[in-house]
Amino acid sequence: MTIIADAILRSERLFVSFTGRAGRTDVLAGVSFSIGRGTWTTCLGPSGCGKTTLLRALVGLIDPDRGTIEVGQNQQPRSRTIAYLPQRDTLLPWRRALENAVLAAEITGRPKADALCEGRRLFARFGLAGAEDLYPHELSGGMRQRVAVIRTYLAHRDILLLDEPLGALDPLTRTTLQTWLLDVWRELGKTVLLVTHDVEEALVLSDRILVLSSRPARVDKEIDATLPRPRSRTAPEFVAQKEGLLRLLTRGGR
Amino acid sequence: MSERAKRIVAPILLLLGLLAIWEIVVRVAGVPDYILPPPTRIAATFVVRFPTIWGHTLVTLAEIALGLLLGGAAGFALAVAIVYVPVIEWTVHPLIIASQMVPVFAIAPLLIVWLGYGLWPKVVVAALVGFFPMTINGIDGLRSANAETVDLFRSLGATRWQIFRKLRLPGSLPALFTGWKIGAPLSVVGATIGEWIGARQGLGFLMLQSNALLRVDVVFAAILALALVGLLLFGVVRIIERWALRWRGPATS
Repeated sequence: MTIIADAILRSERLFVSFTGRAGRTDVLAGVSFSIGRGTWTTCLGPSGCGKTTLLRALVGLIDPDRGTIEVGQNQQPRSRTIAYLPQRDTLLPWRRALENAVLAAEITGRPKADALCEGRRLFARFGLAGAEDLYPHELSGGMRQRVAVIRTYLAHRDILLLDEPLGALDPLTRTTLQTWLLDVWRELGKTVLLVTHDVEEALVLSDRILVLSSRPARVDKEIDATLPRPRSRTAPEFVAQKEGLLRLLTRGGR
Repeated sequence: MSERAKRIVAPILLLLGLLAIWEIVVRVAGVPDYILPPPTRIAATFVVRFPTIWGHTLVTLAEIALGLLLGGAAGFALAVAIVYVPVIEWTVHPLIIASQMVPVFAIAPLLIVWLGYGLWPKVVVAALVGFFPMTINGIDGLRSANAETVDLFRSLGATRWQIFRKLRLPGSLPALFTGWKIGAPLSVVGATIGEWIGARQGLGFLMLQSNALLRVDVVFAAILALALVGLLLFGVVRIIERWALRWRGPATS
């Protein structure tokens, strides 16, 4: 495990299992990593390897069997430090886009007027101008994900956990939104942990990539993605990294 | 003709056609009025006896409206209890389903014994009949929030009350309105049954009384009034639904 001096999130030998009718299933088998403040880290792994379980454990939605999760320097409650964007579309259909974006502020009791004002500014800055008063069913898939990401940011937490936010989008929208996500991240300066099974997405976005093994998951490999951004998807180094990662991921999958 | 106009005109044409067949058959076959009066005769009676019918209609409407509100409120409270309290789900939920096997007809005479001949036994019957669909749909609605959205709320540190108020309650509205749209016409039946068992006023009472006097035209006029009451209630629920669910857009409502 790479040692990071200014770590904001640290997971040490995390074990999670589920007990169901078929007995005990190990999902995470000693996941260890740490994430530096302000960096973009991506968890890359085959489908069903336990990526979502990892995020849910980090947010505190499930209790690990063993292992520790440390957030920041002080022991704040994790719900005050981490904002989580679940995989499925979780915009509330009865709220307009801007009202959806300020949900977190409402729940934590921040003044709603402030949140709306900030939301409006972010909508204008990040390509959502004019969408403020539309209902989710009136938005395209890409727009909905933008609203969901802004909502996650407006929770005002230091760390954003994004669970395949672009998974359900068509390839073109996906590429556009990858660039958009980088914009948001660079301008708003949060720490991001993204989960995906898309190798190219991981390579375009991340500072560091944690490659997870298939279930039960461990961190198989940590890769520093050091190419300067914006990254060309056709540059020889990029292609070489992509092939290496694909080989790593498909090794045990046949 | 626009799509909207077609949707309104088509059922009216069908109804008029059926009434025309009824009128012709009755007149050609010479069916006497005390067996089956022609629609024109019923319409004439409806107009002539309107003041009487109106008075009875108001009574029945009050019974149905109170019954719906009572059944709806009790049903929703119970739905919340069933969704939130496991013990109540295990104990009460099966009994509610079993209670639907008891015909309301069997309870109505008892209610007259307990509550007298006035308004309340009819209100209770109307409430009992509408209660079931409104409760069951309330339960489904409250449970319709998907797990990821609940996760989102919990990750933000939301309280149980916030999850109820901001997620489960608004999410339950579509199913809740479906329950009310089924419950409203059922309550009309419930109130009528209540009046058949024992009443001094109301459309059900008017039907029984006129039947005994072989005034079949008045019976039909009362049935017409009941149908209009049912339509009115359904329409009111639809209007409230459209307003409350305006976020769904025209495609799905």
